[in-house]
Amino acid sequence: MDTPIGKIPRVKARLTSRDWYGSWKVRWAIGRTRYRVPPGLYAVGAPTHESPVLVTANYKMSLDLLRSELAGHDAWIMVLDTKGINVWCAAGKGTFGTAELIDRIDRVRLSDVVSHRNLILPQLGATGVSAHAVEDQSGWRITYGPVRAGDLLAFLRAGRKATPEMRRVRFPLFNRLVLVPTELAVSSKYLLIVAVCFLALSGLGSTGYSVHQIQAVGSRSLLMLLAAYFAGAAVAPVLLPWLPGPAFSLKGAFVGLLAALVIISRDWAGPGIFDNPLEAGSWLLMVPAVASFLTMNYTGSSTYTSLSGVRREMHFAVPAQIGAATIGVVVWVVGRFI
Amino acid sequence: MFGLRYLTHVVTLELDEQKCNGCRMCVEVCPHAVFEIVEKRAKIIDRDACMECGACAMNCPEGALVVNAGVGCATAVITGAIRGTEPTCDCAADPDCC
Ligand code: SF4
Ligand code: SF4
Repeated sequence: MDTPIGKIPRVKARLTSRDWYGSWKVRWAIGRTRYRVPPGLYAVGAPTHESPVLVTANYKMSLDLLRSELAGHDAWIMVLDTKGINVWCAAGKGTFGTAELIDRIDRVRLSDVVSHRNLILPQLGATGVSAHAVEDQSGWRITYGPVRAGDLLAFLRAGRKATPEMRRVRFPLFNRLVLVPTELAVSSKYLLIVAVCFLALSGLGSTGYSVHQIQAVGSRSLLMLLAAYFAGAAVAPVLLPWLPGPAFSLKGAFVGLLAALVIISRDWAGPGIFDNPLEAGSWLLMVPAVASFLTMNYTGSSTYTSLSGVRREMHFAVPAQIGAATIGVVVWVVGRFI
Repeated sequence: MFGLRYLTHVVTLELDEQKCNGCRMCVEVCPHAVFEIVEKRAKIIDRDACMECGACAMNCPEGALVVNAGVGCATAVITGAIRGTEPTCDCAADPDCC
């Protein structure tokens, strides 16, 4: 589209199936996970010099979310260079920040495109941007919009006012569910390393090292590790509000213990998968330890944990996890020799 | 919100009510409704809900707010400990993980 400063790309408000496929791949961490768009100024609809200017990150999903909300409206979108990271994370790192914002306003010659001096930033960008500093240094005024792009139109209609609810970050079931694939993909590297170690150790037995042992003990071990993996990286994150304790490590340990008990309890009813009670018992320590560790790492994806809180939690959780896992492994190996 | 509360009595947030001019900025930027304006001054009404994101301190024009901001992420704390730095969120694989 033509403007006083030349051509400006127009983006469509409708997302295509390619956009959906791309974000699906990102969630599963397939291929590149940083999904970038070039920084700069974009037009949605047919904006004029009076249209609002919305600021976002150059993470493609951030831009997609914003533009799809703006269907049927006219606006400018200024995309900052956040190295392909979403608004909240980039603000935390400072790339969605005061300096980049001021610099980008200059580079896209925003003063020549619009006659007003108002920017609308996503509220979650406030962690990296100092509104009064931007105004002091550039003369542009910042209004923080709602947390969710879905509330944007309501916010604009209300005269750029957000309700307290629009300002709240929640962590509802849906959000926790869409993070599951990412969590599983990220944790799978731990799973792989641990699984290889367990398979190697499975061969050890009172009769020496045997391939038969690897098959028998190894396959049981893989089952238990998979249980820990899903308990810690998928089930506990999804069930978060209904699990005991504020600490994530406790929530994970709880689900891990339940999962191990469910599998092992089949042995009490009759011949099950374990032929050695010590081996079965060792998993009651190891599964909770692994699940606890994985769920503890989920603090990074959650939207309400503080650094001080995480430090406090790790202070008691990490020694407990290491302790339980170590005792578990020792019992697991030694049990075969008794 | 039921169930989704993190550990209590750990947060580093400090408000100097003497410096506050009641501009409401902290109320606007805080994602966890930690503040309220009472008699034209900011007041901390839900300290334990603070996630130490630092948005309020960053946007308080009077410098009335101080918080030890950082990412509440165990992976970042581990990465930081291994590298001997502050908690750092370079878990490069994951755009949703800060
Ligand atoms: S941002 Fe600062 S000055 Fe403004 S109300 Fe909050 S504490 Fe007071
Ligand atoms: S640090 Fe973030 S969560 Fe804590 S009070 Fe300030 S804005 Fe709210």
